[in-house]
Amino acid sequence: MSRKLLTGNGAAAWGARLARVDYIPAFPITPQTEIIETLEHWIGSDQMPARLVTLESEHSMITAAGAAAATGVRVFSATSSQGLLYSMEMLYTVAGWRAPFVLINVSRGLSAPITLEPDHNDVLAARDCGFLQLHCSTCQEVLDSMLIAYRLGEDLRVRLPVIVNQDGFYLSFTREPVEIPDRKAMEAFLPPYDPENMQFRASMPVSHAVAVLGGGPYSYFRYETHLASLQALEVYDEVASEYEKATGRANPAIGCYRTDDAEYVFVMMGAFATKARQAVDQLREAGWSIGLVRPRLFRPFPEEKIRQALAGKKGVAVIDQNISFGRGGVLHTELASTILGKSDKPPLLVSFIGGLGGRDISAEEFYEMAKVTKQAVADGKAPEPRLLYTETELREVRKLQDIACVERHELENER
Amino acid sequence: MTKTAFKHMRDLPSTHLLGTGTPMCAGCGGLQAIQQIYDVLGKNTVFVNAAGCMTLLSVYPFTPFRGSWLYTAMASAPAGAQGIRDALDILIEQKRIDKSEDLQVVVLTGDGSAYGMGLSATSSAMERKLDFIYLCYDNEGYGNTGQQYSDATPHAAKTSTSTGPGGYPGFKKDLFSIWAAHKPAYVATVIGAEPLDLARKIQKARDIKGPCMIISLSPCPTGWDFDPSLTAKVGKLAVRTGIWPLKEYENGIITHTKKPARRPPVEAYLKLQGRFKHLFEPKRDEKMLADIQTHVDAYWAEIES
Repeated sequence: MSRKLLTGNGAAAWGARLARVDYIPAFPITPQTEIIETLEHWIGSDQMPARLVTLESEHSMITAAGAAAATGVRVFSATSSQGLLYSMEMLYTVAGWRAPFVLINVSRGLSAPITLEPDHNDVLAARDCGFLQLHCSTCQEVLDSMLIAYRLGEDLRVRLPVIVNQDGFYLSFTREPVEIPDRKAMEAFLPPYDPENMQFRASMPVSHAVAVLGGGPYSYFRYETHLASLQALEVYDEVASEYEKATGRANPAIGCYRTDDAEYVFVMMGAFATKARQAVDQLREAGWSIGLVRPRLFRPFPEEKIRQALAGKKGVAVIDQNISFGRGGVLHTELASTILGKSDKPPLLVSFIGGLGGRDISAEEFYEMAKVTKQAVADGKAPEPRLLYTETELREVRKLQDIACVERHELENER
Repeated sequence: MTKTAFKHMRDLPSTHLLGTGTPMCAGCGGLQAIQQIYDVLGKNTVFVNAAGCMTLLSVYPFTPFRGSWLYTAMASAPAGAQGIRDALDILIEQKRIDKSEDLQVVVLTGDGSAYGMGLSATSSAMERKLDFIYLCYDNEGYGNTGQQYSDATPHAAKTSTSTGPGGYPGFKKDLFSIWAAHKPAYVATVIGAEPLDLARKIQKARDIKGPCMIISLSPCPTGWDFDPSLTAKVGKLAVRTGIWPLKEYENGIITHTKKPARRPPVEAYLKLQGRFKHLFEPKRDEKMLADIQTHVDAYWAEIES
């Protein structure tokens, strides 16, 4: 095992290298590009025996990835934001092929307006496509999740592609100390991909992904995919536990921080959850009984584990780094359905939306969210979802609008 | 230059590899071509299908193919071919499978995908010099959805989205030239009604490494509105009138493989088809007929000069 300062992108590339991937269909997009550049550099300098092909779009990239996986090689690919959405048709399609491979998504806010910095609307748009989803909050987790993802997706009980998600900029371009496992240890943990019956061979003709007529066979195959995804809950625990034995690092399906005795809990995913973790420490110092629950596995959704972690809590502040227009936070609705009708005394859920397009969530805001949640519990009623925004931010936007107005007037006067 | 195994009609296979009983329409000119093509390519193939009429060839749990099949989507079948080709190359290179397990990768797509939605993926596959055969069955419209006009629809044809008195105002996109501009290994036009010419070209495509691009004009009884018994006749007239030039591109040179000696007027082809009925009834549209004839004449004048 060696320790290196790696960006999230570097960690992702190392994950692919240690997984000994055969094939990398690629397409550049900020902030992901560094991953494919790193891999190409290793391939070009004979440090990694893989083939990288740049396609003309993410739609084609995912098609090639799925087709290669369905032919029986280990495949890796990477994208972000608009790219993930451009490939959306094929995400659903290749998951239906049950072709296992790993796709890293470097989260970035969606257009319009176009931006570079992260939130989770991109990866959550792929929520229902059949890919499993692992959400990382550190560069180390990016590397660990990649290796876990291959074992998980290739498991015969699962056979589904996996998205590993990391936040653009906050992880992709941030260097952190990352432990790189030994090649030998990873060869033992992740044996060569055995495609079993998933292959195209002259001696074994197969028709794959053919049309079905009617809802009966269609539902059958769709339910199969769903049940396979659910099986990944159990398989994830096994794989994560083996990975811990191999590396000493635990990557549980949900991360619980200081939750055991907590009355209040933050729920958050991704890199910004490390901010929530710090806020928990600060609030604890101020006398609060508060913790953090962070789903690392998002598809399949570890419902039972989350229910257990939230059992007996008074209030839960769900902080969504995404926005479903006309509804609110995606994680909030996921949690609501998790506890509703399945828990004797469900905690009160309070919804917050923040961190869109990389907008920071400050320590003060975490403190405020804790306060709002406590008040909601006292009132016995959750307030309307809060859209985090400060007066300073609004003032800054007003200034930009004023500049735009002044310049427009200037142009109109010139005419 | 590859030597052809197909000198005479009697050299063509007398039994067919493609199974019968598919749900294609009676008289489907696309299926007519695919059946002949499959005889030449054989069962060590994997067809990578784009959304189109032929998607219905393989409906769970039946297939007329003796070899393999993968249904992808409308826009990205060439990328699916890329993934399979690369994966097979990797497996053979690393000796994880025997070379005898190798397959010829064939993209199967209609004109809706080939002329439009799939053109970017096709262009890029040619640029990457992908070793594959690309087969477009061109029935000059979005046939599977009821023949709306596509980029392949000919001038004046009525489709379900060009029902006005003039029919389709645009002109059929010259996909052959667009493909040839990429300088792929091979480009050819074929038609099921000319089986010898077709077999020679498919044999070439089979034996040449690199992108081999085939457009098969596919007379479509339902979309073009003619009796299914006339498929071969319509196909032969498309060639004889000069509307569908049979040609190939190889090493930078375009060769016409069947130059019609005396071309009958285009109306011999047009009047068999309901989609052109408005050019003849209630009264002849002399201007439009002359326009179409002039177009065809100009093409051949350039070839013959």
